[in-house]
Amino acid sequence: MAVTAVLTWQLAVNSALTWKQFGWSFLWSSTWDPVREVYGALPFIYGTAVSSGLALLLAVPIGVGCAIFLVELAPKRVAEICAFIIELLAAVPSVILGLMGIFVLVPVVRAVEPGLTAGLGWLPLFQGEPYGVGMLTAGLILSLMVLPYITVISREVLLAVPRSLKEAMLALGATRWETVMKVSLPYARPGIAGAVFLALGRALGETMAVTMVIGNTPQIKASLLAPGYSMASVIANELAEASSDEHLHSLIAIGLVLLGISLVVNAAARAMIGLLERRA
Amino acid sequence: MLTEKPPQHAAAPGTVVPERATLEVRGLAAGYGGPLVLRSVSLQILERQVTAIIGPSGCGKSTLIRCLNRMHEVLPGATLEGEILLDGRDVMGLDPVLLRRQVGMVFQRPNPFPSMSIFDNVAAGLVLNGVRDRALVAEKVEGSLRAAALWDEVKDKLKAPGVGLSGGQQQRLCIARALAVEPRALLLDEPCSALDPIATGRIEELLLEIKKTLTLCIVTHNMQQAARVSERTAFMLMGELVEVGPTDTIFTKPSDKKTEDYITGRFG
Repeated sequence: MAVTAVLTWQLAVNSALTWKQFGWSFLWSSTWDPVREVYGALPFIYGTAVSSGLALLLAVPIGVGCAIFLVELAPKRVAEICAFIIELLAAVPSVILGLMGIFVLVPVVRAVEPGLTAGLGWLPLFQGEPYGVGMLTAGLILSLMVLPYITVISREVLLAVPRSLKEAMLALGATRWETVMKVSLPYARPGIAGAVFLALGRALGETMAVTMVIGNTPQIKASLLAPGYSMASVIANELAEASSDEHLHSLIAIGLVLLGISLVVNAAARAMIGLLERRA
Repeated sequence: MLTEKPPQHAAAPGTVVPERATLEVRGLAAGYGGPLVLRSVSLQILERQVTAIIGPSGCGKSTLIRCLNRMHEVLPGATLEGEILLDGRDVMGLDPVLLRRQVGMVFQRPNPFPSMSIFDNVAAGLVLNGVRDRALVAEKVEGSLRAAALWDEVKDKLKAPGVGLSGGQQQRLCIARALAVEPRALLLDEPCSALDPIATGRIEELLLEIKKTLTLCIVTHNMQQAARVSERTAFMLMGELVEVGPTDTIFTKPSDKKTEDYITGRFG
């Protein structure tokens, strides 16, 4: 608590120039031009939000699906081995995942993108040049990073569903699938929501892997194929070479915004998990 | 319902209805991978009667009734041999999902669904059956709650969560839930073991009422309960069925020494 408070204070003091110069418009101005000393955080907020949102969109159904498979369908031994491997995935350093992104994911995405454009090009989401790097790739790599969190926590909460409730539903003549949908998931819902928020927190703050594949271009494009930029990436990339106080303060201001968002998300996750524990 | 109903016996007053078995077990052996929990059990559960299964803890009573609606097989490592017949048909040839709609179950501890209201708990089985007509669902829910002697207590709070009721009310809610799908038979696995004597008494009254329309099989620790509610009693010991017969006979003139020892309290 105290550390967070000091941190917030430090970030606020060291970004004072930016807040004084741009005020709240810093948050919704989309020009980031260190040469002309014009700073707006919107492209980075947008990039972080879109890449994290995309990551959750992909990782939540897959992660929860994996957890259901591990708890309800897989034989016990298989489930334990799978769970172990998935937990290992959480331990992979993000720079390694980033490398994998560059060497594996980017070529694959570059190969797939023309197809997406051809098939779904009427959607603004899938227009533009197939660079390979961009929001889509960042979202994919982030979904890979948060998948273990979602799967492991969802598995724990699904395992905690009382056997007696599942049996009650089965004894009424429910299939296993109906039992999952009507008993297990409603019971585990707060825990799964907590897992999603933890995953979101992780995705928002992730720096290295995203920096390596998002394209690092401060622009706001509707297309997922276009390169973007994230809050954490711009801080990591530009902090060392920020020559003016304004530039430095603006980067720290972005840090402050990121910290604020992360705190809110984590508090929400805590609240969700607390809700589950009180009910259990 | 989903399968054809067995022929109904038109019981004219005075005529003796031939006793027929709703459920029949022949040479049943069951276990959980280790040593067998049940060995060569054969038993008939007669139509519109209460059959009580008594015996000391761990004798296999619960396993036996869980075999009857194939709830045994949902436990890991479960094994089963022998024949189980529902109205003369082998249940192993039926879809377990359809079987369980015919042969309902009430468990040891009340287990209403925590995310559902009282109404939704009772309606759960109907929804599974695909009943979409709201008026029909409401009618069946009321009928089931009345049959479970719970309607008067909950009719003003059907939207309240089922877990907010007292233990005895929750168990009657679970009975109503099982009755709502109109099963042929209802299996009760020590339904009163978590309840106080007053709640137990209410459940027993209710069993005597519902046995007029369906076949009941109750596992119980409590011998007085078996004596109060059942027509026939089966005594089990160490995975075997020692003796089965009319309840009066079992409690007054058991033919097996082991039964006599148990019911006179010499062990168990």
